Amino acid sequence: MKSIKILGTGCAKCNKLYEAADQAAKELGLEYEMEKVTDMNEFIKYGVMVTPALVVDAEVVSAGSIPSMDKLKQLITK
Amino acid sequence: MIWKSEWKPLVWILSGFLIAFYLPVGISRFDNAIMEALHLVKWYAQEHVILCLVPAFFIAGAIAVFISQASVMKYLGPAANKVLAYGVSSVSGSVLAVCSCTVLPLFSGIYRMGAGIGPATAFLYSGPAINVLAIILTARVLGAPLGIARAVGAILFSIVIGLLMHFFFRKEEAAKKANMMASPEIEVKRPLWQNTIFFAMMIAILVFANWGKSDDEVGTWYQIYSMKWIITSAFALGLGFVLYLWFEIKLWKLLLVAVPVAILGVAFPEYPILSFAIGAVGLSVLTSTDKGESEEWFGQTWDFAKQILPLLLFGVLIAGLLLGRPGNEGLIPSQWVNWAVGGNSIWANLFASVVGAFMYFATLTEIPILQGLVGNGMGQGPALALLLSGPALSLPNMLVIRTVLGTKKTIVFVLLVIVMSTISGMIFGHFY
Repeated sequence: MKSIKILGTGCAKCNKLYEAADQAAKELGLEYEMEKVTDMNEFIKYGVMVTPALVVDAEVVSAGSIPSMDKLKQLITK
Repeated sequence: MIWKSEWKPLVWILSGFLIAFYLPVGISRFDNAIMEALHLVKWYAQEHVILCLVPAFFIAGAIAVFISQASVMKYLGPAANKVLAYGVSSVSGSVLAVCSCTVLPLFSGIYRMGAGIGPATAFLYSGPAINVLAIILTARVLGAPLGIARAVGAILFSIVIGLLMHFFFRKEEAAKKANMMASPEIEVKRPLWQNTIFFAMMIAILVFANWGKSDDEVGTWYQIYSMKWIITSAFALGLGFVLYLWFEIKLWKLLLVAVPVAILGVAFPEYPILSFAIGAVGLSVLTSTDKGESEEWFGQTWDFAKQILPLLLFGVLIAGLLLGRPGNEGLIPSQWVNWAVGGNSIWANLFASVVGAFMYFATLTEIPILQGLVGNGMGQGPALALLLSGPALSLPNMLVIRTVLGTKKTIVFVLLVIVMSTISGMIFGHFY
């Protein structure tokens, strides 16, 4: 079971990343759960300064941008 | 009847009915205020949308896509040079704070993981005031001196506030243990000088297209004014080349846009706005139908437009209703405005700062509201004070800041913002 978290305060970019990551994981046929983290004090625990950030299995794999679909798949499976 | 779930629609209907029942139609002040609101919206639509807001959205979109936030943040990380960190945090709002929702997370990041409370509060103060959209629209609507004063004031005083915050809380700062910052790899797609030229072209188009007519019909400024469309076209051509060379936009597509724009420009020289509008539509089509980063650029531009235009329209309507166009009155009598924030007394500046600090302004709506206030007799100094304290703080975001800084530091920060905004308002008001 993969855990995918999106860190962001709820701006347009964060929602876009959420949808893109959800789609990527679906297309990969993974078993996963998605979570939105909106509490800024939680971001600190992950060491994230620039949102939106993508956290896969408690590891920050991207921050501050929306990776392309191919890149997302690669980041999620890694 | 299930009142538990039905009371809400009932309240809505009742209040709608009461408002309609007591609608002050026919009272001349109210009727006049409605007309003022409509006139003001029309004026914004005619004067500011095509030449100013549309290019500004493209620039803001490009900043969001082509400038890597992570590369700026490395100057504000835990290992950052302290002197450099103050400089970077005071100006980086112009590229980091394009979307107002990113300001607070960045602030808490700089505070907790990065360069500490000084640079973090400096960023929080200057960020919302110096984002590109805010500066462009301030200068356009409220005049260049106020636009420039807003940017310069925000940058200078943010450093003062940052240093003071650091000084007050230096003991706690020293005891704080540094957190690790996660820094995923940064992809560099294009050398910095190419990006610089790209942004310079777009900013030049914006500046020259909006070049104001000077009072005298002689001198360099008037020369530039009389040639502004030729200069703008030259930069537009330059932008076309940049897109072709470095952004992989096909030449035939660019020509498909450039040729009609040129034909319209030559055929209707008295309506340059027509060419400009077609050019903007063309650029939208080019970028939105492309693959990769150009499409992303348009996506961001579109997001900004979608997010900001309705807010601004609403803000302009409210400002027009309450305050009217410059020189006219809305619902609020001019004497009230004059009494509260007229002239340049310490009281007027302080009042403007305090109101600005607590009131919430949706992105950019501070500008039409301020325009209305200035038109009703607000002094230039208090106007600057409000512009500085307004976007940086509001009651809702004070509550968020409190969860990051704690109550004591938040109160000190709010007081500093009010004091500094008052002082900069008084200095500016003294000269203008």
